Amino acid sequence: MPLRTTKPKLAVWKFSSCDGCQLSLLDCEDELLAVAGAIEIANFPEASRAVVRGPYNVSLVEGSITTPEEAERIHKIRRNSRIVVAIGACATSGGLQALRNFQDVDELSRLVYAHPEYIESLNNSTPIGDHIFVDHELRGCPVDKAHLVEVLSAFLNGRKPNLPNHAVCVECKRAGVVCVMAAHGTPCLGPVTQAGCDALCPRYNRGCFGCFGPRENPNTAHLATWYLDQCGQTPEEVIRLFRGINANADPFRRESLRHES
Amino acid sequence: MFILEPDGFEKILDSLREKGYRITGPKLRDGAIVLDTIDSAASLPRGVRDHQGPGRYRLEETGDDSWFSYTLGSDSWKKLFFHPIKPLFKTTRDGGLLQIEPEPPREGLKALIGVRPCELQALAIQDKVLAEGEFVDRHYVASRKGTFIVAVNCTVPGGTCFCVSMGTGPVADRGYDISLTELGSNGATRFVARAGSPHGEELLAAASSGKAGESDLQLEAELLEAAAGNMGRSLDVEGLAAALAESGDHPRWEEVAERCQACTNCTMACPTCYCHTVEDSTDLTGSVADRTRVWDSCFTADHSYLHGGSVRETRGARYRQWLTHKLSSWHDQFGGSGCTGCGRCITWCPVGIDITEEAQAVRGTARG
Ligand code: SF4
Ligand code: SF4
Ligand code: SF4
Ligand code: SF4
Repeated sequence: MPLRTTKPKLAVWKFSSCDGCQLSLLDCEDELLAVAGAIEIANFPEASRAVVRGPYNVSLVEGSITTPEEAERIHKIRRNSRIVVAIGACATSGGLQALRNFQDVDELSRLVYAHPEYIESLNNSTPIGDHIFVDHELRGCPVDKAHLVEVLSAFLNGRKPNLPNHAVCVECKRAGVVCVMAAHGTPCLGPVTQAGCDALCPRYNRGCFGCFGPRENPNTAHLATWYLDQCGQTPEEVIRLFRGINANADPFRRESLRHES
Repeated sequence: MFILEPDGFEKILDSLREKGYRITGPKLRDGAIVLDTIDSAASLPRGVRDHQGPGRYRLEETGDDSWFSYTLGSDSWKKLFFHPIKPLFKTTRDGGLLQIEPEPPREGLKALIGVRPCELQALAIQDKVLAEGEFVDRHYVASRKGTFIVAVNCTVPGGTCFCVSMGTGPVADRGYDISLTELGSNGATRFVARAGSPHGEELLAAASSGKAGESDLQLEAELLEAAAGNMGRSLDVEGLAAALAESGDHPRWEEVAERCQACTNCTMACPTCYCHTVEDSTDLTGSVADRTRVWDSCFTADHSYLHGGSVRETRGARYRQWLTHKLSSWHDQFGGSGCTGCGRCITWCPVGIDITEEAQAVRGTARG
């Protein structure tokens, strides 16, 4: 391990998000003590209001870019950080709020707000990586706390984070879960979704919702064909399957658009 | 050859348990047959059969009292010996010293109830790969030692079974301590039982209700012959290994890539696939590191990651690697086929890709 004289500074930043990913970090109670021993927490809105000035060794960025102000602020963070890690579905694909990318945002504002003229919002919700260079993307909705610790630990120990890019099916079979597609005909996004949740939904007899986003080399087209032909899904249902938490992730977005008539 | 009645079956389980065996057998869970610890013969599924097809598995009640009218679920016995997640060692930094604490191999008597003939072959293949070659997996060897096997011949083959083509079933001819063939149902289930070891002989002599008669053996032969004629699938293996070895640039691989998800289900469910990877993790202080071995598959990108990238980037290349290893290069490597004809890869492929169909398609138009 490299010898360190000063503790590396860690900052956590929030953009358009629900704070759930930051809470995953707070939830690392035992690990957090070790984190606090190894790292100086310089900015972490969910944990403390104190802000230590940059530059930062690692910035964890939660949330997507949805306003002009955010689109500017993210560049400041990049300039002040050695490593930027985008955490969670919002920061890595645009999140659930990216559902608006498929709608007319002005019309939505008029429907929702009494004074839409005060709303200053971008037409699309976009991931951090669309705006700045991101060193690492940590998927999940929310991120898994063990993965967060793994990324920080890899950084502190100067090695590559050990996180999978294969399908959820791998975790499903390692755990001995009965496949909901084959045994029940339930549509499941597992084959095209990156592992990381330990097959949480299939364990409870549900199809995967795609929280960890598209895996390496996903074949969404034929999976959708199977949903239509063998799982009795309508094109509208197929759109809803792909248009969820990671609706704006490229392979999922293109697949849902393919089924719009 | 003995006749075993249901109470004799229970007696065998009892005496195994008394001798300290942990008993694993089929159980019903989440709409499928899984392999789990069982307490008594009463916890075995009764009166169910399976309907299996490409990407499809459903159970149905038969309305009778049959014991073994179903075949295989996605679980295979390999999980008991070649564990899906296996800690290997823990390293601790103690001042300037590294302490390495290896995971001790776990022994223990195990009894496997309801092992199908194709599964006996799968165990033999894994023994060859993991225990009998140049490199021996001590965890596998330890957990495989002291295994007592009660095999069940198949009278109702599944819709994706093709053991007859692979020469592995539907009748067990070796590799068991006791083998059973179920005769009749309608509340009158009985088994023709054979011993394959002295231990099996001893248990059967104590538990059976006598020797099998001429008519029992006649009925058994008829049932098993009918089963052999009832395979859900078939595969012509004559000259197949050689044809596949020449098929590297066959257009079918690109075509299957359009359907294949590279999801790994076929390999994870396959009872002979043995690929694995090791994962290291460290704690935040960098003073403890663990190494764990986990099931891996030729369908992941990382599996063929060498310096600079993955050797098999496309799904077509991954599928080709898998199919040609099973049915062709396995012969060169281990002196036999890597496929037992169990059909799991067909049933549990979420998009129903059928190894028999793909192999046939490649061979049909292959050179050589
Ligand atoms: S349940 Fe879903 S994630 Fe699990 S093996 Fe089946 S398709 Fe894959
Ligand atoms: S053949 Fe089927 S089970 Fe195997 S990787 Fe391809 S889609 Fe998955
Ligand atoms: S390749 Fe398929 S049929 Fe052959 S042993 Fe493996 S899972 Fe069974
Ligand atoms: S492949 Fe043969 S031995 Fe295996 S379960 Fe099917 S019928 Fe039985």
